[in-house]
Amino acid sequence: MRTRFHQQIEELREKLLRMGGLAELAIDRACQAYTERDLGRCQLVLENESLINAAEREIDELAFDILATQQPAAVDLRFILAVTKINADLERVGDQAVNIAERVMDMVELPAVELPVDIARMATAVSAMVRRALESFVEGKAELAQAVLEMDHVVDRMRDEAFIVLVRKMNEEPQSTQQALDALLVARNLERVADHATNISEDVIFWVLGADVRHHAQAASASPRPDTRDR
Amino acid sequence: MGVGITVEQLNAFYGKTQALFDINLTVLANHATALIGPSGCGKSTFIRCLNRMHETIPEARVEGKVRIGEFSVYNGTSATQLRRRVGMVFQKPNPFPTMSIYDNVAAGLKLNGFGNRKQLDQIVEKSLHSSALWDEVKDSLHKKSGASLSGGQQQRLCIARALAVQPEVLLMDEPCSALDPISTGKIEELIFQLKEQYTIVIVTHNMQQAARVAEFTGFFLLGKMIEFDKTEKVFTNPSDKRTEDYVTGRFG
Repeated sequence: MRTRFHQQIEELREKLLRMGGLAELAIDRACQAYTERDLGRCQLVLENESLINAAEREIDELAFDILATQQPAAVDLRFILAVTKINADLERVGDQAVNIAERVMDMVELPAVELPVDIARMATAVSAMVRRALESFVEGKAELAQAVLEMDHVVDRMRDEAFIVLVRKMNEEPQSTQQALDALLVARNLERVADHATNISEDVIFWVLGADVRHHAQAASASPRPDTRDR
Repeated sequence: MGVGITVEQLNAFYGKTQALFDINLTVLANHATALIGPSGCGKSTFIRCLNRMHETIPEARVEGKVRIGEFSVYNGTSATQLRRRVGMVFQKPNPFPTMSIYDNVAAGLKLNGFGNRKQLDQIVEKSLHSSALWDEVKDSLHKKSGASLSGGQQQRLCIARALAVQPEVLLMDEPCSALDPISTGKIEELIFQLKEQYTIVIVTHNMQQAARVAEFTGFFLLGKMIEFDKTEKVFTNPSDKRTEDYVTGRFG
């Protein structure tokens, strides 16, 4: 048994879970800040970003050390590769949260207008995707990850609809252009967060099944072994 | 050129103890195939069945079929004939200690009655080139004994000795386990080059070595071959849980 090695793998997993918690918190706060026009939450998102960046570096360092010193193979190698990629996606989720928070800070300066778009509903869907993607990582379950991939289409459609109605709003009420543009950019930020949740899910599938499902390749190409999930 | 190896229903015994169970395997010509597994799993026994060294042990016996190219190993062929086609390199370098470097390489040919001195010189030089030792020993071929070389050089001398009889298959039983990393690197580089002319089967405890040098890897456990596949598959996504547990260090 390679006890030290497996302790390091567990340490890496725990660090990534903490990182996931920070990224999830950031996007939830940013979405609440948008719906409640809450500058205090925006500030928390901005402060949180340095923690996420520090966590990203820490995870990369540990993964790099394990790769250099332990020469992992099979499920452990796939796990470490998945962790480094998920790490980068979580950091980008944090960046998108900051973008949304900055957009909200901009919006709060402007008069509130009625916009024909349900950003809150989109935010709820995106938060759920991030949460479920992280759950699929925690539990090592490819089917949970697969379900997240299917949710991405819903968020894409919401973004497309938001673009259509917000551009129409800009044309019909030019005085609301700035607010509509802010909402449109938030919708785009949220859609990108959904893309990161999708990437995380694809990496979980790669770790658990050894299957590359990026760009619509099928997870069914590799068969799962139930015991792998306990790792 | 190397030839392929086909093994069918191979069983090996030490007296009443069965060491190998129903091994079936096809080794492709001019490829390196690595055999991995914990101590006592049967991988060395298996490799020794390929050149009939297993039967040199009292009460040891083999059942099943082994073909080296078109040549049937257990069907009327003499062991001497066989071993000219199947060279072997062992864990511990074993040059003939009292012989010069030249005589070590030429020993197999001389034993087979090869007497043409000029041709012998050419074969010795070619074999030492092939084992990447020529540049280091060319000025002391007759002056130095095989035993005076470093461990890594001795192992390459043994490889040259095996190559001199122009085999088709080269069996290597943990050839680097007694060597330092630099010598190991040289032998691995050599294996990579030798594949062009020979079929190589290597037993190794060093899984990274198997991953580096072999296109195919077989995992042995308790006398059975659990998995045989392309090396990258075995080390990234093995099909059998036992293989995965072994390559990830969860047992063994």
